[in-house]
Amino acid sequence: MAEAKIQVKNKVGLHARPAALFVQTAAKFASMIKVKNLTSNGNFVDAKSIIMVLTLGVMKDHEVLIQTDGADADSALEALKSLIEGNFGES
Amino acid sequence: MSEKNFRGIPASDGIAIGSTFCYIPTELTIPVCASGSVDEEMARVAEAREHARVELQGLYDAVEKKVGKEEASIFEAHQEMLNDPALEGKIREFVEIGQTAEQALFMATEELANLLAGMEDELFAARAQDVKDVGRRVLRNLLGFPDTALSAVTEPSIIIAEDLTPSDTASLDPKLTLGFITAQGGLTSHSAILARTLGLPAIVGMGDGLLEKVSSGTFIVMDGHTGEMLLEPDDETVAYYKQIKAQRGSRLQILKAAAEKDALTANGRRVEVAANVGEASSARDAMEHGAEGIGLLRTEFLYLEDTQPPSEEKQYRIYREIFDVMGTRPVIVRTLDIGGDKPPSYMPFPDEMNPFLGWRAIRISLDEPELFKTQLRAILRAAIGHQARIMFPMVSDLDELRRAREIVETVKRDLALDSVEFAANVPVGIMVETPAAAVLVDVLAEASDFFSLGTNDLTQYTMAVDRGNAKVSGLFQPLHPAVLRLIRQTIDAGHAKGKWVGMCGELAGMTKAIPILLGFGLDEFSMNPRAIPEAKNLIGKLTDDRAREIAGQAMSFGTTAEIETYMKGVLASL
Repeated sequence: MAEAKIQVKNKVGLHARPAALFVQTAAKFASMIKVKNLTSNGNFVDAKSIIMVLTLGVMKDHEVLIQTDGADADSALEALKSLIEGNFGES
Repeated sequence: MSEKNFRGIPASDGIAIGSTFCYIPTELTIPVCASGSVDEEMARVAEAREHARVELQGLYDAVEKKVGKEEASIFEAHQEMLNDPALEGKIREFVEIGQTAEQALFMATEELANLLAGMEDELFAARAQDVKDVGRRVLRNLLGFPDTALSAVTEPSIIIAEDLTPSDTASLDPKLTLGFITAQGGLTSHSAILARTLGLPAIVGMGDGLLEKVSSGTFIVMDGHTGEMLLEPDDETVAYYKQIKAQRGSRLQILKAAAEKDALTANGRRVEVAANVGEASSARDAMEHGAEGIGLLRTEFLYLEDTQPPSEEKQYRIYREIFDVMGTRPVIVRTLDIGGDKPPSYMPFPDEMNPFLGWRAIRISLDEPELFKTQLRAILRAAIGHQARIMFPMVSDLDELRRAREIVETVKRDLALDSVEFAANVPVGIMVETPAAAVLVDVLAEASDFFSLGTNDLTQYTMAVDRGNAKVSGLFQPLHPAVLRLIRQTIDAGHAKGKWVGMCGELAGMTKAIPILLGFGLDEFSMNPRAIPEAKNLIGKLTDDRAREIAGQAMSFGTTAEIETYMKGVLASL
């Protein structure tokens, strides 16, 4: 199992296009991937579910915790981390 | 007569004249019957989902071609929700306890949509409608109904509906749709945004009972600029609106061009034209109409919408959202401006003979420093990297202003002690809306970084008239010589002390007042967003010399009626 704390810095947070990209990226991996919003202190949800990711209400400057578990856990975590750290390709 | 005219929220400009088509979505009743095996029911869901996927792909392609990629992206999002593993899991849970595919689908989408609907942030909460829209689409396929009843529209019509989902709006044929009016919805609903992109007149938020007032085939006039809907108008009214429609068509081009540029007088002096904004969503509306800033951000909505005062975090988030929309354009935040006429539920208010002369605005803030400090903390924190300003309402005395400023300084010290980041150089000013403040501008300038004239209250207090009282409301005259003198005096006294003077009252957006105010040397005009293009266009036609001449002439009259007649002539000559 691998995990990472990351601060979301893009403008809209995990909403609209960034939320979709996040879920699509998670769905590429076989591992179980869970994510929670540390700033609002909620529960873990399935990172492959767009609806549940939206319910986290992650906004700009919020911190999220991602946990991955499975054969490709490390590469899954790396992919999601670089997506968020790269601000989802937003300029 | 009056029951034939209704008003909603103007969502997309334009006039439409024609017959209505009342859109009532197919009633999807969930049959009560025995369910098959888990595998059988799940297979039915999978099949319906596949049909839904094909429909959504079709909508995506059609909207992408008709409007654009960005507007189509909502159907991409719907496809993702369709494939959502959490939704699938929920449906399976319900099927496993013996529900039919229809029941399971319905309950699963409701449950997930409700999770979203309960969220504090309106952008997130609005996604509940998308989940429901997707659920309805799959359910309709499960029941074997064809796509949307809107295909029954066969001649150009104005669509009347309770609400329009993104799917509904996308399936409207622009050739057959003159405009639409909905009972629900707001400015930021997908249907309103799409209407603006397509250039379709639209009115939203007409209120419950819309479909009882209007039936299919009713002849109506709708004005998406004012939000008016007129049922069965007479020939004269129709002729009037046809004329306006023709005029606006050509004016619209001119105004659009004016809105996109910074406001300049004919001799090239820069004047700020800004917007008055009362909620987060209208900041975007203001930008669309060419606002160069927000001259008045009302914060009352935060205090009146809930059963408890808004938390610092909630306020921070909302101010931040608005500041982000405006980027580095200035935003003047007016601190709490409530009173006994509209008290929040959580605050005990004394019984007052006259709430407008009572405990309100800055008077409350000074008496309730904790409430005030929470708001100031949120503003100062959210202001980092933006051009925010703080403005106190209803100041009538220098001591009041000094005390309020002292609280701002205390808040800054507290924030620094807590090691919380904040913007240290936020200008602090006052709203000039009591005659006392207007005649004391030179004195108040000691503690005020800027002034903004609030002409609605200034008129009410100067003329000693309650505009809600029909017996005397005729005396509510913002162009009254007495009010104009106070305005001129405020601007002159402010400038003499080197201070910026703006205006955020209704007068700032009135074409009959703008030339006079320009002649007075007003620095900023802040108004309803929709008035901005017209105001910029007018300012561009006037030189400062001409405006001064007009102002001088207007001030030579002794009555409002004379001033108005004179200004009518001036406007007609431009």
